[in-house]
Amino acid sequence: MNELLHLLKQNARLTNAQLADMLGTTEAAVMMEIQRMEAQGIIRGYSAIINEELARTNEVEAIIELRVTPKRDCGFDEIAKTIMMYDEVESLSLMSGSYDLSICVKGSTLKEVALFVSQRLSALEGVVSTATSFVLKRYKEKGILIDEEEKDERSLVCP
Amino acid sequence: MNYENILSRRVLDMKPSGIRRFFDLAAQMDDVISLGVGEPDFQTPWSIRKTAINVLERKRIVYTANSGLLELRHSIAGYLNRKYNLSYDGEHEIIVTVGGSEAIDMAIRGVVNPGDEVLIVEPSFVCYGPIVELTCGVPVPIPTKAENKFKLTAQELREKITDKTKLLILPFPNNPTGGIMTREDLEAIAEVLRGTDIMVLSDEIYSEMTYGRKHCSIAELEGMRERTLVVNGFSKAFAMTGWRLGYLAGPEPVIAQMVKIHQYAIMSSPTVSQYAAIEALEHCDDDVAHMVDEYNRRRRYLVEAFNRIGMSCFEPEGAFYVFPCIKSTGLSSEEFCERLLEAEKVAVVPGNAFGESGEGFVRVSYAYSLKHLMEAVKRITHFLETLEK
Repeated sequence: MNELLHLLKQNARLTNAQLADMLGTTEAAVMMEIQRMEAQGIIRGYSAIINEELARTNEVEAIIELRVTPKRDCGFDEIAKTIMMYDEVESLSLMSGSYDLSICVKGSTLKEVALFVSQRLSALEGVVSTATSFVLKRYKEKGILIDEEEKDERSLVCP
Repeated sequence: MNYENILSRRVLDMKPSGIRRFFDLAAQMDDVISLGVGEPDFQTPWSIRKTAINVLERKRIVYTANSGLLELRHSIAGYLNRKYNLSYDGEHEIIVTVGGSEAIDMAIRGVVNPGDEVLIVEPSFVCYGPIVELTCGVPVPIPTKAENKFKLTAQELREKITDKTKLLILPFPNNPTGGIMTREDLEAIAEVLRGTDIMVLSDEIYSEMTYGRKHCSIAELEGMRERTLVVNGFSKAFAMTGWRLGYLAGPEPVIAQMVKIHQYAIMSSPTVSQYAAIEALEHCDDDVAHMVDEYNRRRRYLVEAFNRIGMSCFEPEGAFYVFPCIKSTGLSSEEFCERLLEAEKVAVVPGNAFGESGEGFVRVSYAYSLKHLMEAVKRITHFLETLEK
């Protein structure tokens, strides 16, 4: 993978100067490369990884497995495009395996999410079945441990 | 009992490692940010650990052959050939040791007679001198210089050779400086040694950690294989420090004698580790490449950062250390490290712990996450600013 992307995925808040040092290039070159990738849509955005428990956002999150009947000519795209328009939908992916679409939905209460599934998703044309699982605890996200810091067990100084 | 009278004179005369006192100081404090370790921060690659788990589940953990599992020795021979163009016979020319440390110990004890002089390139790892002394040899340091990127030059070597010189210890890529010896650099050294009876202990434990160019072993050069003992191991390359596994490779007549030391002192190296090491050599090139890429980014970051804040720092091309100069502060290495520790709770190692020629420098390890390194640089910057006032 592009080394710059690799570093940004680990920490998007590194300054261009820091990135330039690590990559052995100039600040201007890093800035131009980032601008290029943003312009071309390679980089779609930047977001923070948050321990929701500590942040007390009190959000409820569910993963919904959706089975649908694909439409002639456009397959799953049409229904996916409909689903992704809902603000409640955090992420949406087409899957291989025993179901078709995996949807991550966020809401402020359990009931809100449940209603979204039963009233919005299930009612869509082509939906065969839904299976909803609520997220109880997140341990790791995007390679970062959410709940605990890894402890350094090495001694402080050694030759 | 008066143990002073009982204990071996030579053991009593051994100096404790210079790092020890500094370690005790750091250990008393809370929230210390350490840049002081000499071992990888990476976890041992999973496939290696998994292999060990399978071995524990399925095999009897018994002694192996004294020299190590034959399959592992063949693997080592294959690896040395594939990576460094060296050819050793796994059956007769390789001993699997308890870390690189045991290989160093055995190599020194195997060739040094009382009174023999052993040339030790400095600054370097702390164990060579004490082992030479324990063997009744005479350590002869060869200081290297920052302006030569801490490489050994032919001139410096020639000046120290006498008719008592038995062994040259050549530790590259170097701990603590991060300096390396290129093929051309080694060729000049080989030129001095060819035709002599001086042996070389080439400590290549950091051979996988080079940045920009591949490591070259002096044993590869013409006429050098017969006079070289290659020390290498798994600790650094595969992040396996605690597995305690290394190896010694050399000419058959030498290895055949050294295996006696290993046989009486150790029996055989840890069996579980030996099986895991085969996996490391055969299937972990990608894991190593990933770790080296990560070290390289940190290295570039630190070199730039130190130069920017006025701790001049030559570009180290190997190992995982930078060795910035602190002479501009007017402090000695030890003063600098102690005051940095007290003021900012950052632990780096005084350069003189690795030989007198390390005075005026400090060793900074980048076997830490970038986040950790950035916080440390912030604190060191603050420390330098307060020094100026």
